Amino acid sequence: MAVWAAWGAGLVLVLVLVSFYVSWRATRLDRLHTRVETAWAALDAALSRRAAAVQEFSSGPWVEPASAVLLADAAAAARRAGSADGAGAARELAESDLSRTLRAVLEEPGLAECPGGREPLREVEAAAKRVLLARRFHNDAVAHTRQARARRLVRVLRLAGGAPLPGFFEMDDEPPRVPGSFGAL
Amino acid sequence: MRVGLVCPYTWEVPGGVQQHVGDLAEALIGLGHQVSVLAPCDEGAEAALPPHVVPAGRAVPVPYNGSVARLAFGVRAAARVRRWLREGGFDVLHVHEPAAPSLSLLACWAAEGPIVATFHTSNPRSRAMAASAPALRTALEKISGRIAVSEAARRTLVEHLGGDAVLIPNGVAVHRFAAADPLPGWPGGGGAIGFLGRLDEPRKGLRVLLEAFALLGRERPGLRLLVAGPGDAGEARAALPEDLRERVVALGRVSEADKARAYRSVDVFCAPNLGGESFGIVLTEAMSAGAPVLASDIPAFRSVLGGGAAGELFPVGDPEALAARAAALLDRPERRAELSGAAREAVRAFDWRAVAADVVRVYETVLPSGAPAVAADGGAGG
Repeated sequence: MAVWAAWGAGLVLVLVLVSFYVSWRATRLDRLHTRVETAWAALDAALSRRAAAVQEFSSGPWVEPASAVLLADAAAAARRAGSADGAGAARELAESDLSRTLRAVLEEPGLAECPGGREPLREVEAAAKRVLLARRFHNDAVAHTRQARARRLVRVLRLAGGAPLPGFFEMDDEPPRVPGSFGAL
Repeated sequence: MRVGLVCPYTWEVPGGVQQHVGDLAEALIGLGHQVSVLAPCDEGAEAALPPHVVPAGRAVPVPYNGSVARLAFGVRAAARVRRWLREGGFDVLHVHEPAAPSLSLLACWAAEGPIVATFHTSNPRSRAMAASAPALRTALEKISGRIAVSEAARRTLVEHLGGDAVLIPNGVAVHRFAAADPLPGWPGGGGAIGFLGRLDEPRKGLRVLLEAFALLGRERPGLRLLVAGPGDAGEARAALPEDLRERVVALGRVSEADKARAYRSVDVFCAPNLGGESFGIVLTEAMSAGAPVLASDIPAFRSVLGGGAAGELFPVGDPEALAARAAALLDRPERRAELSGAAREAVRAFDWRAVAADVVRVYETVLPSGAPAVAADGGAGG
């Protein structure tokens, strides 16, 4: 009888330890999912902010009409894609186009000297840098989460539950190098 | 913003990471943020700490990654980290070199909230980092923003730990170079040209400068060459005709303070590198000191010098062109003053203030709006 009791106690102990381990792994995974959500919210906000800053800049008297049209058009396309497509391929494309337009237009010499345009230009530049940061951090979080979800224990016990597998956000995020700009990024 | 910085290595021992954390802390304070730095510190050295540095006890020498490193670990160190986190109430925690088994790793493990990490190591064969990756992963998973100080550091990080990082290079402490006094007796009436770097590293290009000096020295009897950096000065002098050798003054390996004074001691600072530079830290230091710069036209230097606006460029490895440009500068003090002013203006982009502004942008990116401050988690484990 004592032998069975000892076996029983041992079994319970093992079960408790295993469940502790599994719940610890689940907590880790949960934290990663939270990180992805936070990072996506930051990226989404950074993208919207960039589009808004570009629209603001393009409406001022400091840009000539050709540049203004290019900027406003690219920013509007990015905004439309953002509200229609969420994190899909169409948005990736539209945001990349906006990056390319920014580089083409803002790297033209002479722009930074326009009176009154310096501040809005700095805004655009800062917003573009934030997009680069936010996207790096988002994809970093996604990479770690996908790595964690590929583990056998996580797959067999379905520790991820119903959470969708997060996807990378791929785009050209190279910020424009505005002449006389400040900072090393 | 309340920022908690963690340095894993003993504060008063000179080193790249310590210097980086110290300069960053000062720059962040200059931008109006509240900063507390947690770092290991030997007993007795606490009195000399700046007010924003909190000592975390002694670091212990221990074999790690192929050499003996001084690291802080153990239950007492972990308890100190917890207490510092609780008392600090930080908006963001910024750890440095969290892959090293020291305070930064402990802080990652103990903290809950927005964490930023800066990776300094660039070692393609960091066996310790690779072998202990599973143990590190749990703590490093909590980091929401990763920064690498160089492309090499970023590659090391990506290879060993996966994911990605943003590149924010080290800054230059412009004010430290701007105010230094020239060495006694320099630059002197006959003119002086300066060089800084390893004397025996061919890619630093000292040979090109010596050939140019042989041309210049003959026409200018008072001209001297100030050479700072490790290497055999006798061997370097041997490349010159005998009558010019004594006009080469070699300082050998110099301290940070003497380096700043050396930049201020010359009429023209020359960087004759043949290539292999990815940034040009030497140039940014010389520019901070306001030295008129004459550099070889390699992409890194061209970019730092704003295409030639903040310093003159000469064709790579061409001693005749170097001699001609140097002669023109030595003869025209007004042009030198102009270059000096342009250099001081241009170097502001590489100043710690600018770098710190980029780091703050990282903080803002990882801070969700209305997020709670960094907290120490209750028990053991993460």
